[in-house]
Amino acid sequence: MSIVQSPEGFATADQPSVSSERWRARLRRLRPGLVLAWATVAIAVAWATLPWLFTSYSPVDGVPRQRRLPPGALHWFGTDELGRDLYARVVHGAVHTLSGALISVAVGLAMGTLIGLIAGSVERRLDDAIMRVIDVMLAVPALLLSLSIIIILGFGTVNAAIAVGVASIASFARLARSEVVRVRRMDYVEAAFGSGGRFFAVLWRHVLPNSLTAVLALAALQFGHAVLAISTLGFLGYGAPPPTPEWGLLISEGRNYISTAWWLTVFPGLVVVAVVLAANRIGQSLVRRTL
Amino acid sequence: MTAAPNVPSLLAVDNLAISYASGESRQQVVHDVSFEVRPGEFVALVGESGSGKTTIAQSVIGLLPRNGRIEAGAIRLNGITISDWNDTRLNSLRGARISLVPQDPGQSLNPTRTIGAQIGEIFRIHGQRDRAEIRRRVIELITRVGLSDPELRAGQYPHELSGGMRQRVLIAIAIALKPELIIADEPTSALDVTVQRRILDLIDDLRREIGTAVLLITHDLGIAADRADRIVVLRHGRIQEQGETRQLIAAPQNVYTRQLLADVPVLAEAVLRPAPSAAAADAVLVRNLTVEFGTAWSRTRFRAVDDVSFRVAKGTTHAIVGESGSGKTTTVRAIVGYQRPTSGQVIVAGTELSSLRGERLRQFRRSIQLVYQNPFGSLDPRQDIRDIIAEPLLNYAPVLRLERQRKVEAMLDRVKLPRAVLDRRPAALSGGQRQRVAIARALILDPPILVLDEAVSALDVTVQAQILKLLDELQRELSLTYLFVSHDLAVVRQIADTVSVFKNGRIVESGAVESVFHHPRDPYTIDLIAAVPGRNLPRRVAIAAE
Amino acid sequence: MARYILTRLLQAVFVLWAAFTVSFILLQALPGDEILIKFENPDLGLSKQQIADIRLAYGADVPLHQQYLFSLGRVLSGQLGNSIQRGVPVIDAIAANLPSTLRLTVLGFVTAASLALVIAFLATLTPFAFLRSLLRGLPSLFISLPVFWLGIVLIQVFSFQLKLIPVIGAGPWEGLVLPVLALAVPISAPLAQVLVRSIDEVETQGFVAVARAKGASRRWVLWRHVFRNAVPPTLTIGGVLFGELLAGAVVTETVFGLNGLGRLTEQAVNLQDAAILQAIVLIAALGFVLVNLSVDLVMPILDPRLRKAFGGAS
Repeated sequence: MSIVQSPEGFATADQPSVSSERWRARLRRLRPGLVLAWATVAIAVAWATLPWLFTSYSPVDGVPRQRRLPPGALHWFGTDELGRDLYARVVHGAVHTLSGALISVAVGLAMGTLIGLIAGSVERRLDDAIMRVIDVMLAVPALLLSLSIIIILGFGTVNAAIAVGVASIASFARLARSEVVRVRRMDYVEAAFGSGGRFFAVLWRHVLPNSLTAVLALAALQFGHAVLAISTLGFLGYGAPPPTPEWGLLISEGRNYISTAWWLTVFPGLVVVAVVLAANRIGQSLVRRTL
Repeated sequence: MTAAPNVPSLLAVDNLAISYASGESRQQVVHDVSFEVRPGEFVALVGESGSGKTTIAQSVIGLLPRNGRIEAGAIRLNGITISDWNDTRLNSLRGARISLVPQDPGQSLNPTRTIGAQIGEIFRIHGQRDRAEIRRRVIELITRVGLSDPELRAGQYPHELSGGMRQRVLIAIAIALKPELIIADEPTSALDVTVQRRILDLIDDLRREIGTAVLLITHDLGIAADRADRIVVLRHGRIQEQGETRQLIAAPQNVYTRQLLADVPVLAEAVLRPAPSAAAADAVLVRNLTVEFGTAWSRTRFRAVDDVSFRVAKGTTHAIVGESGSGKTTTVRAIVGYQRPTSGQVIVAGTELSSLRGERLRQFRRSIQLVYQNPFGSLDPRQDIRDIIAEPLLNYAPVLRLERQRKVEAMLDRVKLPRAVLDRRPAALSGGQRQRVAIARALILDPPILVLDEAVSALDVTVQAQILKLLDELQRELSLTYLFVSHDLAVVRQIADTVSVFKNGRIVESGAVESVFHHPRDPYTIDLIAAVPGRNLPRRVAIAAE
Repeated sequence: MARYILTRLLQAVFVLWAAFTVSFILLQALPGDEILIKFENPDLGLSKQQIADIRLAYGADVPLHQQYLFSLGRVLSGQLGNSIQRGVPVIDAIAANLPSTLRLTVLGFVTAASLALVIAFLATLTPFAFLRSLLRGLPSLFISLPVFWLGIVLIQVFSFQLKLIPVIGAGPWEGLVLPVLALAVPISAPLAQVLVRSIDEVETQGFVAVARAKGASRRWVLWRHVFRNAVPPTLTIGGVLFGELLAGAVVTETVFGLNGLGRLTEQAVNLQDAAILQAIVLIAALGFVLVNLSVDLVMPILDPRLRKAFGGAS
């Protein structure tokens, strides 16, 4: 079919943009919210890698006389029932929650992209079969899928991370496949075959780079989901064992003192919300850029 | 401006300036525009993409996008300034005194409501409550715009109608309350030429019948020249020239208007091309080609190309013309080797295609290359121009780096692009530049045959003229054979030696361009040629012979 | 029409069968021997012979493919087998807990949907720009809230600070207010996001401009053209939301100490009770399939373009 493109569709067609102008536009597009999001993630990563830079208190050993102190100048987030500094526990807990999220995103991204790439590249019937299995994985809620895997693997930080990652394979696979299929339909891919390109060369040069951007943007979004899911599993007691200061576990332990020490649940929770919010914000900005 | 200054103007646009917000800054897109429309007059606003013509139309009816703003000037209807009215006041005006025929009939009707409901809505908005009366008037309107079975149509949904029928429905809505002014924003640019002509005829008839004025927004100078009493030429948001149609066409004062008139392809114009020698060998030979689509599941198979045969002599240009759905794109895809024929033969540069598989098909691709319609989709956005043009060289016998570099630069010179574009991405290039890159990539393997699938259709006329000129030069320098697919007969007349006219998957007529266009025998060809706009444009034999 | 429904039904049956098979492989075939874990415990003091008898009674000694066929046949006849850890039929445990979870999730869904509708409509209709952007930011905040934490904070605020709802001894409906809220807020976020996005998308379409050009007010256009076209895309995520509700129930019931399928799930994981978990996975898949099936059947009513899929019977 040869539907003629409307001329207005190419409104900027004959005004090549100057690169300096583009830079200025990019600077303008830097929204304060996005800057804040990057800063939040940067701080969380710094907590996870260099916790001793942020606090001198021990996350495990408490001072018995300083039990359940409310937040103050000495203990920013207060202390818990064993007299441990809550802020120190949150800072030292970052590595557990964040590395867990990282592992799970890596699992989902690697497996999902591979499956999606295969499904999008092979012949129709095999593609259909793969995608039906993916549909089934989507039919089971992510949490239940994670729980099923935890039953097999047992409890623990890494196991919980893997469980969360496996549960996200389906959405990665679906996006990767739809991107591959979309890119394969583009004229430039056909043109690459038309100029004598071999199957794998075209896949490598054009299909993969152009479909990966959207998948990577999803990975950023998925990072936020993974932090949530891992802290949920930690809260339910399936993740790291006590006294690990994993964020979900912190909230779970604080729940026992809900009427007397509100800070034990509120502060770790706020930290989780801030990190998830930041990861989502970054993910959304990446998704928007790939559109 | 021109004659009859004592007739009061219906619409007066005075020193209008409009800007759009983009990020923090505002960009002015319409500068100091003044024109007027008198009662019952047909005025055309002509301009290429980015000229601000649609923005002006939107501002007249008070429907600028949210980020748009009138910076200065006024819009007056019957002497009353309406540009400072608020939305509620404008609502009483819209539909009743000024109405709109939009650009894309496919998008412009609500898919979840019936045709009847959508026509009837305008009566309800403007206070009519009597259901029976509304129904009566809806049926009357559907009949008036030339749709059959009005009762049936009223109950149908938009997707059950063709593009032309939908545009008729939209016209019915626009004339429902007999407004004083109809703004038609590119009303036919998404339609085939034969449908386009009927739609424009309908607008013209209705205008005479109810005495309404029409402000036509178009990129097509040919349509404007055929239909309008007066023409306003716009470029980059500024008026270049305005005046009575005949006068403006015959003696354009402005440089840009002259450029536009020189570049617009005119069907009636004879372009003298050397006759192809009868002895030339066939570059492409198509015999009884049939292509069917359909899945194993459904028994009905759709025959997109039906028993098509033609030949293209070496070094000539053969045009394939037809409207959407005529099978022309499927045909060329079979010739390039993207689509397997259901039956029939395609012989390109002496090779019979249907037997080719795998590596032999890949080797065959060196001899024929395709240039696509949309220069935005055919270039990988992540590659720079150097890689795009060089890529085909990587697919065959290894070419040394330096040799590759030399070839790419030589090809860049051939398509007249500056060296500076080599390191840029496609997004930094204009539509015309991109199409030059696509041509360069197609030619880097020195193929004897080039297939151009609507390759100039998406471009503005001035850019289109440059690309056509480039193609002409390349053909002579490299003795290329072109297979030129187009819906635009005026362009075909300029560039092609022979032509096949497609309709519903069949060739209804073929032969030398001159004989087909001068003495068409098939009724469809006659209809098609009669529908091409631009009859009133002057012939420029002298310019073309240059 | 019949053919359309038939293919959808077949697809639904396939998804259920596949969900059963996958969960069987994951939960029955892969893990270690559940019976040995429970009964080899020296405290029980069972002899080897007794354990072997128990294994026989549970059918654990037959080859895997026979176990698969056996349990598939059992599921088809409406039985789910026995929970080894609890020593009761799975179906009884499910039946005892289903009503309270159903009540929680249905209320949670209704609340989430209303919340999403209110956010989306206000975000479109409000004349104040700052309020619009505030409302548009709300779903991204909601989606970032951990359900368990939200529940705890709600208890803290409404029970301990404001003393509006007693922690112990609340009436059956009163006690549901906070759990429903904790469940609904995160669920409403994706709904509101999809709704807002599709309203935005519809608003840019040509027919909206045409309706405005007819002289219709923005409000008229929103109600008669935009919302009607914006709702169908939202329905397509219904199936996924059902699963999220069930998953949310696991957390909410744990936090609020309510009985239900969620609590059952939590306990099943703690006891490594695979039979219960498999049953709950199957219920989730069934719910997903049923919701999607009804969405597929409702869509053509909302969108006449889809009626073509019925083979031209319009």
